[in-house]
Amino acid sequence: MKHRYLPMTDSDQKEMLEAIGVNTIDDLFSDIPESVRFQGEYNIKPAKTEPALMKELMLLSQKNADLKTNTSFLGAGVYDHYMPVIVDHVLSRSEFYTAYTPYQPEISQGELQAIFEFQTMISELTGMDVANSSMYDGGTALAEAAMLATGHTKRKKVLISSTVHPESKAVVQTYAKGQYIDVVEIPNKDGLTDMSALKDMIGDDIAAVVVQYPNFFGRVEPLAELEEVIHAHKSLFVVSSNPLSLGVLTPPGKFGADIVAGDAQVFGIPTAFGGPHCGYFAVTKKLMRKVPGRLVGQTVDENGQRGFVLTLQAREQHIRRDKATSNICSNQALNALAASVAMTALGRKGVKQMAIDNIQKAHYAKEQFKKAGFDITFEGSSFNEFIIKCNRPVREVNQALLKKNIIGGYDLGRDYNELAHHMLIAVTELRTKEEIDTFVAEMGDYRA
Amino acid sequence: MHNENQALIFELSKPGRIGYSLPEMDIPEVELSDLLPAEYIRQEDADLPEVSELDIMRHYTALSKRNHGVDSGFYPLGSCTMKYNPKVNENVARFNGFAHLHPLQDESSVQGAMELLYDLQEHLIEITGMDEVTLQPAAGAHGEWTGLMMIRAYHEANGDFNRTKVIVPDSAHGTNPASATVAGFETLTVKSNDQGLVDLEDLKRVVGDDTAALMLTNPNTLGLFEENILEMAEIVHGAGGKLYYDGANLNAVLSKARPGDMGFDVVHLNLHKTFTGPHGGGGPGSGPVGVKEDLIPYLPKPILVKTDEGYTFNYDRPHSIGRVKPYYGNFGINVRAYTYIRSMGPDGLKAVTENAVLNANYMMRKLAPAFDLPYDKHCKHEFVLSGRRQKKLGVRTLDIAKRLLDFGYHPPTIYFPLNVEECMMIEPTETESKETLDSFIDAMLQIAKEAEENPEVVQEAPHTTVIGRLDETLAARKPVLRYQKD
Repeated sequence: MKHRYLPMTDSDQKEMLEAIGVNTIDDLFSDIPESVRFQGEYNIKPAKTEPALMKELMLLSQKNADLKTNTSFLGAGVYDHYMPVIVDHVLSRSEFYTAYTPYQPEISQGELQAIFEFQTMISELTGMDVANSSMYDGGTALAEAAMLATGHTKRKKVLISSTVHPESKAVVQTYAKGQYIDVVEIPNKDGLTDMSALKDMIGDDIAAVVVQYPNFFGRVEPLAELEEVIHAHKSLFVVSSNPLSLGVLTPPGKFGADIVAGDAQVFGIPTAFGGPHCGYFAVTKKLMRKVPGRLVGQTVDENGQRGFVLTLQAREQHIRRDKATSNICSNQALNALAASVAMTALGRKGVKQMAIDNIQKAHYAKEQFKKAGFDITFEGSSFNEFIIKCNRPVREVNQALLKKNIIGGYDLGRDYNELAHHMLIAVTELRTKEEIDTFVAEMGDYRA
Repeated sequence: MHNENQALIFELSKPGRIGYSLPEMDIPEVELSDLLPAEYIRQEDADLPEVSELDIMRHYTALSKRNHGVDSGFYPLGSCTMKYNPKVNENVARFNGFAHLHPLQDESSVQGAMELLYDLQEHLIEITGMDEVTLQPAAGAHGEWTGLMMIRAYHEANGDFNRTKVIVPDSAHGTNPASATVAGFETLTVKSNDQGLVDLEDLKRVVGDDTAALMLTNPNTLGLFEENILEMAEIVHGAGGKLYYDGANLNAVLSKARPGDMGFDVVHLNLHKTFTGPHGGGGPGSGPVGVKEDLIPYLPKPILVKTDEGYTFNYDRPHSIGRVKPYYGNFGINVRAYTYIRSMGPDGLKAVTENAVLNANYMMRKLAPAFDLPYDKHCKHEFVLSGRRQKKLGVRTLDIAKRLLDFGYHPPTIYFPLNVEECMMIEPTETESKETLDSFIDAMLQIAKEAEENPEVVQEAPHTTVIGRLDETLAARKPVLRYQKD
């Protein structure tokens, strides 16, 4: 068997077997009892050559309608944004992508420093003291936030707003079950967390209240008012946030959030059919030693030269084992690098500009829909998403739009019974006036 | 030592420089204050860098040069399977029709992606010998937790609420007990015997009617095949527990033994190890979970099914443990793993394991004279050495690891597993040539000699890296976790 990934020659193998003192490779497997020995070869597809496989998979990929050759108005937590081309060039430096967790800091300073920079940028955007090196995604990051809060407060109940991303809510519920945590949903009113319901539900038994900013409907939750109610009961204030929106919105840290978590997919990470994206996790200094996952810290070597290491590892699974409060090991380091490069390319001015462009273009689209006779459901301040009502199931509308190379918005009826036929529309900086106008015109037939 | 500092990107920043090219604003704009309440408009900009595109490229190129990956040199980090990451995988994952799909698009517009996932599931079912596979978990530890949550749901569905204990061997990876805790279990440890295998008598002692599961890697973290696996399965199953397979070491047994045939009920795989999704400096990974028939109802939502009309995600799963991750797992990594499996085929995967095991045994025998070999028998894809002998000379395993840096190698995993003193865990993988193995062996033998003749050179290593040993105590005592302008 010859393969380009397998360098051993027959004579190599012969020499090596002699050195080991066995006759055949099979002798090395003599410790696997016959009763569990797999005989023969797997019944899987035969190997393909590189060109043949490339062609097959290229054709397979072309069966999909991608966001780059179609025009997308779909968001709902995953967004089609400007990805500076340089991001992928940095990511393709294989010193980064073929390395593992930087266990040996002397030969991993590149990765460690890049993560230290990522932590700094996330802290800046969220207005928090400390950010970790990344989590799997926004959903599991939020679940880890709920677990941190229950451990920290010694309370076993968490309130989560119904305006949090439905898939994140579902993930929080699954983790909560594992930890015997009770998660109760706060209803929404006019597309925002229902403040009076929250006041009724909160008490000294609540570990944390989880809200999203901007929320799943695109609306800007009133963090100032929420904070007052939540902290009056010494519950932790957990905010899930789209970090791009924080280029223009006052960061949750300014409103007293204890934990800010979310996904950095908006910065240079392809949508990739839902993953891998890049969860982030930021906290106040007080909670620093309870953060899940890896943290990079600055220190010095024996000559006093600045360097970076994994730090505060006493929190982590490989030290604490069954006493650990999180089991995360691998994270999304490479995607944190992608987000760092994108945040660097955009920089101070660009992140703000891109966030403003999103608000402006979404606002323009909203106005065009109004002119076309649509009502905007939950009218009010929003970031880059808003809701309209259709005269038929959103799925049918989207299938019709696909024929015009448009990927329509999200079907809210999937998660909210009261919002059947409602479409959540995302308009990012990438959408042109012409694309928006065409979309609004195409939607004319489906006005409720 | 070179002692050159690489400035932080923030230190390279200069107001007025930009590194972006945002789309034009071709619509009429309105005042921001008309769109947002004043209190919610950010007053102070996030202090991100202001640099040109070339500044960015030079910065990250400089950082990459300060990083060792598999493409830089040999990386025998035990238990991590640091094999070559094929470049074709990277190209395929970047195809427009894979990289730029939205997870919430209408299913009719993503049939190609779903076909790939379904076929990957089919391949993994055959490779593991299980009955069904979910591709949702994002990494190995996430897969462990998912599998344990399913085992819990299974027991609870049987009205069995007293199965609160998960048993792990003393050689287990730290994620095993941590995942058990997060899934709501308590952990019990079962001892290894003097052969490095699970002690059957001790296993009999710890199992009982409170046993939810036994978690095991096979081969174990010492690189040894648990020969009594069927007896162990009988003991655990006999007590009503389930057997969990940690797939971290699957590279050792491809086409040789399947977890499903060894009696395992649940399996997780690390696609970033055995199946070459790159390690990415710490992730993203992918941790699919396979199960036997009786656990299928508890799989996380949604499951991918094939119907006459095409592929669809099924959410109607009343017994499911629920969602473990938004959307459908780390698709991009799954695409890479699929590309790899299709590049290897059945005979290729068999050769992978055979060469991985050959390489490990060859190195083990060549190094045995100079270091202590705690378990003198054929290993599988990795083996452990003990630095006991060198420790008596004042040279610790940590010193040996640091000295290896001077030779251009990433050191083995050290001080793990915990049950071997001054442990070095070496996994060469199948993609390394005999010449590479021989050079590494020479370096290790030289270091062993240095430990005897000139221990300072080892104790004071590394001598050639861009930075010396770092003060980790300072980092933990006075944490500096972000850049601050003076």
